[in-house]
Amino acid sequence: MTTTQQPVAEGLFTWPPSVSEPLRLIGSECTACGLVSFPAASDCVRCASDESKPRLLADRGTLWTYTTQNFRPPSPPYDGPETFEPYSVGYVELPGELLVEARLTEPDPEKLRIGQDMRLTLVPYAVRDDGTEVMTFAFAPVEASAEAEEPAGAEDFAQAEPVEEEAS
Amino acid sequence: MTEAVIIGVGLHPFGRFPGKPAMDMGADAVRLALADAGVTWPRIQGGYVGSFEVANPDAIVGKLGLTGVPLRGVFNGCATAGTAVALAARAIETGEHDLTIAIGLDKHPRGAFAADPSVAGIPSWYGQTGLFLTTHFFGMKINRYMHDHGISHETLARVASKNFRNAAGNEKAWRRTPLTPEEILASPVLNYPLRQYMYCGPDEGAAALVLCRADQAHKYTSTPVRVRSTSLRSRRLGAFEVQSPSFPVGEPVESPTVDAAREAYERAGIGPEDVDVAQLQDTDAGSEIIHMAENGLCKDGEQERLIAEGATEIGGRLPVNTDGGLLGNGEPIGASGLRQIHEIVLQLRGTAGPRQIPGTPRVGYTHLYGAPGVSAVTILST
Ligand SMILES: [Zn+2]
Repeated sequence: MTTTQQPVAEGLFTWPPSVSEPLRLIGSECTACGLVSFPAASDCVRCASDESKPRLLADRGTLWTYTTQNFRPPSPPYDGPETFEPYSVGYVELPGELLVEARLTEPDPEKLRIGQDMRLTLVPYAVRDDGTEVMTFAFAPVEASAEAEEPAGAEDFAQAEPVEEEAS
Repeated sequence: MTEAVIIGVGLHPFGRFPGKPAMDMGADAVRLALADAGVTWPRIQGGYVGSFEVANPDAIVGKLGLTGVPLRGVFNGCATAGTAVALAARAIETGEHDLTIAIGLDKHPRGAFAADPSVAGIPSWYGQTGLFLTTHFFGMKINRYMHDHGISHETLARVASKNFRNAAGNEKAWRRTPLTPEEILASPVLNYPLRQYMYCGPDEGAAALVLCRADQAHKYTSTPVRVRSTSLRSRRLGAFEVQSPSFPVGEPVESPTVDAAREAYERAGIGPEDVDVAQLQDTDAGSEIIHMAENGLCKDGEQERLIAEGATEIGGRLPVNTDGGLLGNGEPIGASGLRQIHEIVLQLRGTAGPRQIPGTPRVGYTHLYGAPGVSAVTILST
């Protein structure tokens, strides 16, 4: 049985990631003052312009700060699985763009370090009744040994079946 | 401009009161404040009442007397009570009224606040994926602060221990069981580096203040407490604030607490060195540490030594959260800042009982911080 996947929201990141369009967060850039926003925003909180253009954000950054989530958040709004697995969240600084809050793939605070290199990835944070995995963006520590490897690309998500229509 | 002074304070205990509506707690607090001031409800000319859970807290007139008094509901997140007292004072300062009241009341269900992110203008994926928790912000802010300024886990535990110890001497506090730093460090991590006993919890309670023109205070009390300044500021672009899916890179921008504190000191003509006792928003132990510096009461990083020396203890040179703070009292949002002012008034009157700070304190300071990045400061003096 093939696991189908769907993004938690449209327009949040490139979907489905592919060789021609690898995984990136979709932000926006104010056409008047250049302020970069995520998620994409039509109104600028710096200059109040209401014109912006889409901008794909960097897929690498450094960990600015982090914390752990060791109890299941209240539902709603959280719609992850009933069986709770602790996760981490942090802010990753994308140089020259912005600091973005995201889940981190490493739940152990002892293995996280302010300033460490991070790369964008996807995690299945929830599974629907029909087996569909709901994907959201996350950042993973870049291991020193992995530095020489190719940047994250479509091959990381080869298991991700493009969802053309509602799985049934 | 006329100056406003506080002539009466009333506090309903904070905690859990099954079966007792928030409105009844608020009415009790008002009656205590009126009795303390020696005035009756019909003489109150206007006021402001704050609440998160109660849709129209101004309906409290139904319990106090339908006098036609203009009573306005206010809400500014965790800075709600700061807003209520600021507006009640302003009504006196501008000459609108001679006798006003500030009231706060709330009754939160158990557990962390759960809300729909859309009410905060945040997309729903943020909540669905488990990012919409205010506790994350506090964990992340103190984690970064500890990294930058050399604050230890032991210092976090000492702050929480102090506040529970102070609460033990406060018959109206919620959590009155003292805990040692070791016990606090042994409690489960909720949001690293913050542990269970380093967080305050939502609870229930109410508080009220009666204010009047300074030149009429002698009719009511020999110990008026002057409202020297109030300030409320919201977040600026680039500051690291609660409930922010992202924020711009660049030069660090100061929190609204720094802005509100600076403005409040300037308006009062009082500097941080003059503050004898402070009540700082301690949503968690880390917040109290950060807020010491953001309110100008010390430099970044000095907290490690100050707290080890006991400077913020009741007998120290800068007592902080002498009534147990939010850690000891919990946070009924609408009432929390008025509870802080209630404590400062007792301290400045010299009637705080077992938790009275030594000497003759003259200047008290209160501070609130909450979502989505709003701070309120009130400076009081004898
Ligand atoms: Zn702009």
